[in-house]
Amino acid sequence: MAAPRSFLWARRIFLTLLTAFVVLPVYVMISSSLKPLEDVSGKFEWFPSGLTLRPYVDIWETVPLADYFVNSIVVAGAATVFSVLVAIFAAYAVSRYTFRGKRVFTVTVLSTQMFPGILFLLPLFLIYVNIGNATGIALFGSREGLILTYLTFSLPFSIWMLTGYFDSIPRELDEAAKVDGCGPISALFRVIVPAASPGIIAVAVYAFMTAWGEVLFASVMTNDTTRTLAVGLQGYATQNDVYWNQVMAASLVVSVPVVVGFLLLQRYLVAGLTAGAVK
Amino acid sequence: MTETAVAHPTEPAVRKATPGEARAPRRSGRRRIALPYLLLLPALLLELLVHLVPMLMGIAMSFKELTQFYIRNWNEAPWSGLDNYTVAIDFDAPVGQALLKSFLTTCLFTVLSVGLCWLLGTAAAIFLQENFRGRGFLRTLFLVPYALPVYAAVITWAFMFQRDNGLVNHVLHDQLGIGDSPAFWLIGDNSFWALLIVSVWKGWPFAFLTVMAGLQNIPRDMYEAAALDGAGVWKQIRHITLPSLRSVNQVLVLVLFLWTFNDFNTPFVLFGKAAPEAADLISLHIYQSSFQTWNFGTGSAMSVLLLLFLLVVTGVYLLLTSRGRKTSDV
Repeated sequence: MAAPRSFLWARRIFLTLLTAFVVLPVYVMISSSLKPLEDVSGKFEWFPSGLTLRPYVDIWETVPLADYFVNSIVVAGAATVFSVLVAIFAAYAVSRYTFRGKRVFTVTVLSTQMFPGILFLLPLFLIYVNIGNATGIALFGSREGLILTYLTFSLPFSIWMLTGYFDSIPRELDEAAKVDGCGPISALFRVIVPAASPGIIAVAVYAFMTAWGEVLFASVMTNDTTRTLAVGLQGYATQNDVYWNQVMAASLVVSVPVVVGFLLLQRYLVAGLTAGAVK
Repeated sequence: MTETAVAHPTEPAVRKATPGEARAPRRSGRRRIALPYLLLLPALLLELLVHLVPMLMGIAMSFKELTQFYIRNWNEAPWSGLDNYTVAIDFDAPVGQALLKSFLTTCLFTVLSVGLCWLLGTAAAIFLQENFRGRGFLRTLFLVPYALPVYAAVITWAFMFQRDNGLVNHVLHDQLGIGDSPAFWLIGDNSFWALLIVSVWKGWPFAFLTVMAGLQNIPRDMYEAAALDGAGVWKQIRHITLPSLRSVNQVLVLVLFLWTFNDFNTPFVLFGKAAPEAADLISLHIYQSSFQTWNFGTGSAMSVLLLLFLLVVTGVYLLLTSRGRKTSDV
């Protein structure tokens, strides 16, 4: 069916403007990261006159960016692995069993999405401090505490999405596995998990991005040694000067891993949303 | 497979189950009942530790006179009844006035941001539904704002909004000649619009992603049938695409609303610890009034009020949309 002219023109204009809007900050990020400090401190220039790679060298010196990087990778990586695992178990229970309190559970878990983070920031901080005093397990200021916090952030959405995804996998598959002698848990890992792998990848991507981008808890619950990129990036602003070229270079460096990973896996996210969430 | 066949060899296809029958033949009945709970246990414990118990504590704190002296031992803080609440909603006094202003700002901001995100996301998804050259590339490109970590993206916008060396003033003032002098974007009244632009830039790809997923559930033959009846593209969008997206939109708008209303990261990275009055979103406002003044009791009361508001709005929304769905089915 041929689209009429009005549609083609509307599409062309809309997509052009939207592309410009999307690309603009990315262009600023890239071009400014290649400018010397005098240039980014002065009037903005569309085309950098003196290109330099210097900011990419300096970012590692101005702040301990490499340490922040490691912290972010450990925290976001561990939070993702545990969150996905916990979500798989919970979604399996919700999808495959009927039990008392099922509705209460799903509603409760989903409604935690609604809580303003600010409401439980201070209580959580106090709980972590008290657990630390009582048991000696350092949760406040440690990577473990941040992992624990972040892994619950993506949990509601992950459980919801995976439940929908598991529901779309025919029950005959795991019934057949059980007949072949699998217990429920091995049926889960041998049959359902492989069949739901696109959904699981989607959930993992979501969990990683949530943890990688979180700012509020990262800025309250970390110390000098456990600081993540979310907080560390603010270190390029000193009292006298903001090293904008370094800020942009560092932003780019911390973004590239997630953006590339996300773009490679995005079709799973669309597939996961289609099967899981959008019903 | 054989087992089920052997178990009920002559069962009629449709029969009524007698009470208790389903459970009786299972030998491992107990374990079967325990299993779902065991599977839920990790999620439940984590939610309890990080969300539910802290939330209950937050509610308890809102009834206490919690200042920095009691912060290590909040249980000892004196009970203050509803004092924190009366302070928070006394709109004649500075604290209540500031809270009300911040709340109204957040409402307006949320309506605009969610509306624009939905509009851009839906339009982009519909325009990219048909195949054409460059479609795959644009689809990927449009997800970049969503994939970028919040702080990296917002810091870049903060740079663009700098008064003297930012791109926005360079274009508006230097190149287009708007205004006598370069405007301030991160302080003063303009900060509201700066925040809105950043929020929409960051948020619309989620709407795009969700609507795109929703579009895949619309059967192709609906369009073909409409085309045979002589409906053009615009008519098809109005009468097939948009109505089919109803249930997707109901979830999408709610999620966007909650995220935008609770958003802390965007104003925090854009403005630092204290936002300008015109862009003082409620999360940052509560954070600031708790941590700057060390008055955690009042801060908690404000958070609880915020939560109550969100609960009421969500409840009413769900009620309205589910009723709407029922009548449209009839």
